[in-house]
Amino acid sequence: MGAIEVVDLAKAYGELRAVDGVGFEVAEGEFFGILGPNGAGKTTTLEIIEGLRRPDAGSVTVLGERPWPRNPALLPRMGVQLQASSFFERLTAREQIHTFAALYGVRPARGDDWLEHVGLVDKVDTRVADLSGGQMQRLSIACALVHDPEVVFLDEPTAALDPQARRNLWDLLSSLNDSGRTVVLTTHHMDEAEVLCDRVAIMDRGRVLQLDTPRRLIRSLDAPTRITVAAGQLDQGQAEALPGVERAHADADGLVLTTREPAVVLARLAGDGHLDGIAVAAGTLEDVFLAVTGREYRP
Amino acid sequence: MSAYVALSLAIIKGFLRDRASVFFALVFPLMFLVLFGGVMGDRAQSKVHLIEVGEVGLVDDLTGGAREAFEETFEIDRSPDLAAAVAAVRKGDADVAIEMRGDTLVAHYTQTDQVKAGITQGTLRAFVDGSNVAASGRPATYSFASEAVEDDSLRTIQFVTPGLLGWAIAMSASFGAAATLNGWRSSKLLRRLQLSPVPTTTVVAARVSVTVAIAFVQTLIFVGLGVAAFGLRLTGAWPAAVPLLLVGTLCFMSIGLLAGAVARTTEGAVNMANFIVLPMSFLSGSFFSLEGTPAWLQAVSWAMPLRWLNEGMLDVMVRGEPAAAILLPLGVLAAFAVAITLLAARLFQWETT
Ligand SMILES: Nc1ncnc2c1ncn2[C@@H]1O[C@H](COP(=O)(O)OP(=O)(O)OP(=O)(O)O)[C@@H](O)[C@H]1O
Ligand SMILES: [Mg+2]
Repeated sequence: MGAIEVVDLAKAYGELRAVDGVGFEVAEGEFFGILGPNGAGKTTTLEIIEGLRRPDAGSVTVLGERPWPRNPALLPRMGVQLQASSFFERLTAREQIHTFAALYGVRPARGDDWLEHVGLVDKVDTRVADLSGGQMQRLSIACALVHDPEVVFLDEPTAALDPQARRNLWDLLSSLNDSGRTVVLTTHHMDEAEVLCDRVAIMDRGRVLQLDTPRRLIRSLDAPTRITVAAGQLDQGQAEALPGVERAHADADGLVLTTREPAVVLARLAGDGHLDGIAVAAGTLEDVFLAVTGREYRP
Repeated sequence: MSAYVALSLAIIKGFLRDRASVFFALVFPLMFLVLFGGVMGDRAQSKVHLIEVGEVGLVDDLTGGAREAFEETFEIDRSPDLAAAVAAVRKGDADVAIEMRGDTLVAHYTQTDQVKAGITQGTLRAFVDGSNVAASGRPATYSFASEAVEDDSLRTIQFVTPGLLGWAIAMSASFGAAATLNGWRSSKLLRRLQLSPVPTTTVVAARVSVTVAIAFVQTLIFVGLGVAAFGLRLTGAWPAAVPLLLVGTLCFMSIGLLAGAVARTTEGAVNMANFIVLPMSFLSGSFFSLEGTPAWLQAVSWAMPLRWLNEGMLDVMVRGEPAAAILLPLGVLAAFAVAITLLAARLFQWETT
């Protein structure tokens, strides 16, 4: 049995179908991602699963229990980071996590451990308003985990962070399910889902469009690989004549070769001594997104 | 640490670290107290002229500080003749005549000068040990309802302290509740707490406890400063102000909840609470006495919960009314609290968009 089972979930706000027939199962210990643009229905789906909202239709079980109406037996087994940073005003990082520890009946020392684990040791006496965006997210994650929950929900934990801070957070996030914990995360970022998630649901307009491992999603797309060769090494005609190359075009970085047989093309380029400054880009989830939604990715 | 204690601590720290909140709850009202009570209020009340008929052991046996305090309030004459003394009181030559009848202290005074009557009754009560000696006042010819005498001829501090205290508590209780409800909703902390195993009642209890604690600290500072610096004198039944303050605080928290539920932003919520409380304070006599104002204004003022709180506090803190005087205000305030809380709960929406 899965840690989370979602069947035919629907929720409308007036005319707007925020969630429209969503169903999936998350296995115990899995790192599950919900990927989608603004307004796709990610937060609404998550909040229904957490038990904050009542669905119009469909059913949810988390760890075999129903989250709605408020289920006090289930709550201590779940850890939640909401999309907004929900903190007590004017408390320091330490006071913040100690308060959450008390809400869940765990010792304050557990909170200190978590502050250390998320790398906030030198910020324990800083008030939340004075933390950077990344530090705030770390604190928020620590507060969600202070009671060692079996299932964790993280709603856009890397939102509003610069790329560097985002990558810094990935190490922390990817360690969350090391101990068999189930993690559900929403994100706008394709690369993030690709790196962190065991499986990804791509959502748009309240529906799940695709659901699989990132690798399989990319492979199923049969997206071509793009090989960029530094300018001046080959001209377009020569490149298109190479076996395996479908197309070649020049761009700012040099000549871009599109191929479905990268191994063949790369071997040939190596033989001809054209490897200087070469760059290889395989298909990404971004391509998958483009293919399934039929439109540009709009974060 | 229990969830209740942790939440209360979190709220208290949040309050104490917010300079504006502390200022408006504690410092700002005190500035008014100093202004009204200290600077403008140096018109001391003339002493109450008391005629002691025969031997009144209670008065004669006073010693030390008690004697001094008594003589500060009363100018004492002696007379063997009860009828003459009562006649003097009637004519207004004296304010009160006291005699002993067995174990009972009997005070004869008129209600012409309500203030002096109030001081007399209140002070005598304070001096008389209620358990074995009962004081009984007999209103003379004038009716009790007469309001010819204005409260502000009481030493100003006596009058302004309860009113300003009522305003201070109304502000801090309503601002606190408005800011908490609205702020916690918009930061989604309210949702987050809903997802913790802590029951809603614990969260509410923590917020209520902190607000009540703040109200009592306000009271201590107000009354303390009034007594120590401005000669405020509390009459016997003052402990009855405690339950009154408690229910009054709840009532103004409910007004704050209403503002917090309706407003979109936290600032808007606090402003709305202020917009309700400030005019109400004027209409409830917090800043100046309502005596002598038109009847319609009086009628309006009784529709204000703060008027009930103020009157209840005046009664038991300075007018010398017995503790039972709080019962009606208590009931009215409780009814307001329940009705407004229900209304706030109805109007509350999780989403503000
Ligand atoms: N309380 C609400 N009332 C009305 N409409 C809402 C409400 N909450 C969400 N919506 C709408 O439902 C749709 C889905 O919203 P949701 O917050 O689930 O999207 P999301 O995928 O989490 O978006 P984002 O990436 O911006 O967080 C949006 O069009 C949003 O405007
Ligand atoms: Mg969202």
